[in-house]
Amino acid sequence: MTTVYLDHAATTPMLPAAVEALSAQLVRTGNPSSLHASGRHARRIVEESRERIAQALNCRPGEVIFTSGGTEADNLALKGIHWSRGRSRILSTSIEHHAVLDPLHWLDEHEHADVELLPVDELGRLDTDALRTSIERDPDSISLISVMWANNEVGTLQPIDEVVALAATHGIPVHTDAVQAIGAVPVDFATSGVDALTLTGHKVGGPFGVGALVVRRELEVTPLVHGGGQERDIRSGTIDAPAIVGFAAAVEASVKDQADQHVRISALRDQLVDRVRAIVPDVIRSGDPDHGLPGHAHLRFPGCEGDSLLMLLDARGIECSTGSACNAGVPQASHVLLAMGCSDAEARGSLRFSLGHTTTQADVDALVDAIGPVVERARAAGSRKGA
Amino acid sequence: MRVLAAMSGGVDSAVAAARAVEAGHDVTGIHLALSRNPKSYRSGARGCCTIEDSNDARRAADVIGIPFYVWDMSEEFHDNVVEDFMSEYAAGRTPNPCLRCNEKIKFAAVLDRALALGFDAVVTGHYAQLATGHEGMIEMPRSVAMGKAQSYGHGVLTQDQLAHSLFPLGDSVKDDVRVEAERRDLMVAHKPDSHDICFIADGDNAGWLKEKLGDRAPNDSGDIVDHATGEILGQHEGTTAYTIGQRKGLKIGRPAPDGKPRFVLDIEPVSGTVTVGPRAELRIDRIEAIRARWCGTVPSRLEGTVQLRAHGEEHRAIVTTDGTDVFIDLIDPAEGIAPGQAAVIYDGTRVVGSATISSTARVGVAAG
Repeated sequence: MTTVYLDHAATTPMLPAAVEALSAQLVRTGNPSSLHASGRHARRIVEESRERIAQALNCRPGEVIFTSGGTEADNLALKGIHWSRGRSRILSTSIEHHAVLDPLHWLDEHEHADVELLPVDELGRLDTDALRTSIERDPDSISLISVMWANNEVGTLQPIDEVVALAATHGIPVHTDAVQAIGAVPVDFATSGVDALTLTGHKVGGPFGVGALVVRRELEVTPLVHGGGQERDIRSGTIDAPAIVGFAAAVEASVKDQADQHVRISALRDQLVDRVRAIVPDVIRSGDPDHGLPGHAHLRFPGCEGDSLLMLLDARGIECSTGSACNAGVPQASHVLLAMGCSDAEARGSLRFSLGHTTTQADVDALVDAIGPVVERARAAGSRKGA
Repeated sequence: MRVLAAMSGGVDSAVAAARAVEAGHDVTGIHLALSRNPKSYRSGARGCCTIEDSNDARRAADVIGIPFYVWDMSEEFHDNVVEDFMSEYAAGRTPNPCLRCNEKIKFAAVLDRALALGFDAVVTGHYAQLATGHEGMIEMPRSVAMGKAQSYGHGVLTQDQLAHSLFPLGDSVKDDVRVEAERRDLMVAHKPDSHDICFIADGDNAGWLKEKLGDRAPNDSGDIVDHATGEILGQHEGTTAYTIGQRKGLKIGRPAPDGKPRFVLDIEPVSGTVTVGPRAELRIDRIEAIRARWCGTVPSRLEGTVQLRAHGEEHRAIVTTDGTDVFIDLIDPAEGIAPGQAAVIYDGTRVVGSATISSTARVGVAAG
């Protein structure tokens, strides 16, 4: 059975350039912090990678702090900036990834931070009026504002420009989790005006276990991890040269191809949505159809359980996601959909298809062929009560 | 067949799934999440609700090489099993939540969903055998693994449920299953068996009930009285801590006049009275039971045996029924039978059905 992979938002296959760069470095010896020739060579590879990423994102090389991935970068931004600024409030949105929400809950519970999660509209877009009101209530009390660039479940792009404009009036730093956005939509760090930005390797065709926080030099960040003083003393730990060079190759390639891939992938995505709707007329698409990620198709199937649909598609070799957070493997209604005004049952009856650089017309055809009988079966199995 | 293997994270269900694969079935593994928040019912301890169990089940499925999913049955479990457990105790009865779970969750909600999704049967790690009896009826002989006493737990299954059940452990015994698990590289080979009620963290049923029932508890104190004299012997902190036949935890300072231990004979939740007396008073020979579930043909009168506890012995009995209510005349009297428990009825080695005990009486046996 061939695999039809429509879950690129979970992770996307590594790009050949990334595999090649990583493999080449894996067999070389050298700790980038060592002073001898092997160390110097590794150091050069890491610094060149930093420069390539800086070039791709339009930031300064010194602003790139390598981390173990998106979750660590988010934690570093939120805790590190909150601690260094020492104010009481943190503003964010109700649709952030758990890598943002959970550190915020932790800061709220353990550090007495006053966390405010601002609402979104039915398309999943931040209510900037609510943000303005919240800021203006007491701007001096705010440590930072964190708003994701694009939502990972429904794909809605957030009004980062407006967030930055509102924050800038009061000199409040802005962090954005851009894990889903890099390589999918144009992201320009300097022009955007954000102060800190999270990205991760495996979402852009790079390896797992590596990511970065891009953070303005002027902004002080209290470290979470103490040790050998690597990464400007902000993130200690032996530098993973092979992962970093693979990561840089992927960022560079995905950003370079972004515009072309956007056209190609969004056309396939639109076709997928249209053809599924022709077969299942009552399907509902979540998210902002005009301001969204190119590869996301988040669909709600009334009367179905998302996990039934997923299982039935999986049995046919079609891989997607229920787009819901997993707690110990227990499917929970997505906090994103609940924040967008869905009921618990509506939220559970959804699937996220996410297309990416390896997606082909044949993948879309395979899904379209399968979806009718799958939805019919899932409907027969029904949704749980309350649906 | 396309079959769904319910995997608890224990050794039995893992080996059952592996045997189903070996038998040539197309097997998909599922783990039932019975608590929305796995920590709210049970944390750290052994049970079927922990994250560790879910991970153990997933790991076993990976080793066997089958797809694996977690099914959220927490609402169904709470409504049908946990709520029933609480309300039965509040009414002075002693429910059996495991039977209730078999009846309402494992062989009902799960099976229904499996069939709708295109599966042909559900596989479980129960030690039960199925055989085709007269007129093509599916019969369930008592399991060889009497130690597990699981045919008691299957008295609730109907013909339709049995027709869509696979019990690959059949006549195996536990020790062999553990050896087989080891041979199959299943990490759960030496995982201890679960004994307690899975949703009660530390086996402290009384403490759990007190906390969860709160204002719904029928009483929070009352008298412990002597069955013969009516004398108040002591006080208790709520009748839900007691079950018929209980000896421990009565906290009566004075010994009985004859020096013999006292047992709980009756629980009256409205007045909050717990009646105690000597062991002989526990002997009963007549049982009325409700909510009958038949595994096949409904017998109007049967001379067979009944089992009144999960690990209890069989009692010879004459069983009659009007279809819904069941009347059991015990030839061998029983002791300490609590309303709420199940009576499972056998014809020889065949499981006939079960019913929930509603009342007990003494007709032919004399006290003492």
